[in-house]
Amino acid sequence: MLRTASLVALTSCLCACSGDGGGGTLDKIRARGVVEWGADLQGGEPYVFEDPDHPSVFIGFEVDIMAALARRLGVKQAPQQYNWSNLIPSLERGDFDLTMNGIEATAERADRVLLSEPYYVYGETLAVRDDSKVTSIDQLDGKAVATLNQSVAHDILLGKHVDIRLYEGVQEPYDDLVTGRVDAVLLDDVIANRYGCNMKRVRCLPADVARGTYVIAFRKGDDDLKEAVDDALQAMKDDGELRQILDKWQLWNHRQLEPAPAILEPVSGRARSFDGAQVGLFAEAAWVTLKVSFLAFLLAVPIGLLLALGRVYGHPVVKVLSRVYIELFRGTPVLLQLYVLYYALAPIWELDAMAAAVLGLGLNYAAYEAEVYRAALLSVPRGQGEAAKALGLDGWQTLRHVLVPQAFTTALPAMTNDFVSLLKDSSLISVITVIELTKRMTIASVDLHGWLVPGLACAAFYLVLSVPLSELARQLERRLVRDQRTRTL
Amino acid sequence: MISVRGLCKRHGARVVLDGVDLDVERGETVAIVGPSGAGKSTLLRCMNYLEPFEAGSIEIAGLVLRPDMLRGAHRATLRQVRTKVGMVFQQFHLFPHLTALENVTLAPRVVQGRERALVEQAAHQILSRVGLAERHGAYPHELSGGQQQRVAIARALAAKPDVMLFDEPTSALDPALRTEVIQVIKSLASDGMTILVVTHEPTVAAALATRHWVVDAGKVSIVGDL
Repeated sequence: MLRTASLVALTSCLCACSGDGGGGTLDKIRARGVVEWGADLQGGEPYVFEDPDHPSVFIGFEVDIMAALARRLGVKQAPQQYNWSNLIPSLERGDFDLTMNGIEATAERADRVLLSEPYYVYGETLAVRDDSKVTSIDQLDGKAVATLNQSVAHDILLGKHVDIRLYEGVQEPYDDLVTGRVDAVLLDDVIANRYGCNMKRVRCLPADVARGTYVIAFRKGDDDLKEAVDDALQAMKDDGELRQILDKWQLWNHRQLEPAPAILEPVSGRARSFDGAQVGLFAEAAWVTLKVSFLAFLLAVPIGLLLALGRVYGHPVVKVLSRVYIELFRGTPVLLQLYVLYYALAPIWELDAMAAAVLGLGLNYAAYEAEVYRAALLSVPRGQGEAAKALGLDGWQTLRHVLVPQAFTTALPAMTNDFVSLLKDSSLISVITVIELTKRMTIASVDLHGWLVPGLACAAFYLVLSVPLSELARQLERRLVRDQRTRTL
Repeated sequence: MISVRGLCKRHGARVVLDGVDLDVERGETVAIVGPSGAGKSTLLRCMNYLEPFEAGSIEIAGLVLRPDMLRGAHRATLRQVRTKVGMVFQQFHLFPHLTALENVTLAPRVVQGRERALVEQAAHQILSRVGLAERHGAYPHELSGGQQQRVAIARALAAKPDVMLFDEPTSALDPALRTEVIQVIKSLASDGMTILVVTHEPTVAAALATRHWVVDAGKVSIVGDL
């Protein structure tokens, strides 16, 4: 929820050119009788989410606040579902009137859009395991600390000497804290109280690491709308309606009574230009991409071969099992498989992220390799097996010395294709906290406020990895095909 | 050397061989002839159990083949049969990913587990016997059809078989190349090899064999000394 969108930077250039510049939105709202506001259901409880009893109805403390604000402006309100990452760009593009969805007040945002007065003061909450001696974030040097990508908490961690692990979801960091994959979690109190602090074996430290505020964002030029909303918000604070709403969602606390913290300034830990250090980070990420892809493929090839042999020559039971494996792994998204392997199985099988990445991609690609090898095995002329049999070779000897080597030549172009495809699919492992090339690009694009340079760097690194491999495979293929250009039938 | 008794073979409901009895003496060359589809190749392929059969028995090179021998217990017998009985196919079926020499040495190394150096030495001799001493490093696609078939013969000879089976050995070759293959088969015969040749070409049969078996409608009639 606190994430500064990775895609904000990606789309900001487009929006800066095509946005309508704001102004006049308040009049449009009045004329329409409805304020349309952007939010993302994916942020989950308690911000804006689907009513479990009526899934088409949005509920949450922000829905309640917006409903009260709209009532005070004399209009109705209608939330619009947008990807959280795109809320600010969509606002700038004019897709809705304003946006409210756990958007923190930061200096960066204040430069770009108008921000309302705060409606909530959050505290960055540090969670540790119950047996931990840690009492402050400064005791975590060298430890693994989880947070959400591009959040204010991420900014804070960049200024510390910790091993940052970036997550996409709010529950997973706490799950990994319990299993010991990370040593601490830094997230704001709304998330920490809802998802982490009440878990067994999790202890939230009482002192805030930092404080910040949630605000409503408007297009530049809509100063009259901002004023109207700020007035209504002040009135809600004065007559106690805001407190009532926050109480209802168990969000009211002492922080709301204390002076609101200032807008957060950028943290020095973030990159500001694409320099040598950035190239180093990209190279490091490229190495991760290559290593994971290579090891995964090393796993996929033998498993794929066994599956193919099982499907073509196996006992009927083996045939069915191979088929089930292939359909299961090919028919479901690799992303889902990674989630299951890393998160769902964590209580019974605690893999580290790299192992889960290699295993997840390897098992998935094995299904594709199996089909490639099956086709290749079936393409070897029947007479080859017969000749081997007539020479006294048994089944395994025939496979090992006659059929598999020939099938390999046939399979090689498809295998090269699959490996290049795997190189790119490996970007999915960022969901299990591994920072590889694509993730590095999205981080850099936010830090550098632009996607062009990080995008080009990312593409260059992928090409540097894939082109030589394709070339190597092409040469090998040429050599093998020369050896057996015409096959005896 | 070969003694066939009451051999019956079906393809589904169709009876291909219907109680065949045959005998071949050591050193004999027999041509198996007859109309196409009559079961010539099937009869030949029963001799090394590439085709299992439903009834009868085949005694070949001192080993006995019976129905239902594909199960594990008979694996050793089948391996022995295939070592003692070499086979050459119409389409050569050389291994395209191996050189001529490697084609010849594969079975002795893998099946008989013989030492590579000895096997290669023997393979060079066999290749020179079929007139291909110089081409040992060539891949099949680099050889002419006749040369390929001679490598296939060398490959079948590598295990030092007592019997050689030829299934239409010259049918895939241009007439100009047939002679070289026929010459090689003849030289084997004159060295005392027991040979069965399936062919639909009367000239080939006449050139090679002392006796003919005519396969027709599941029965085999023997045509003696020509």
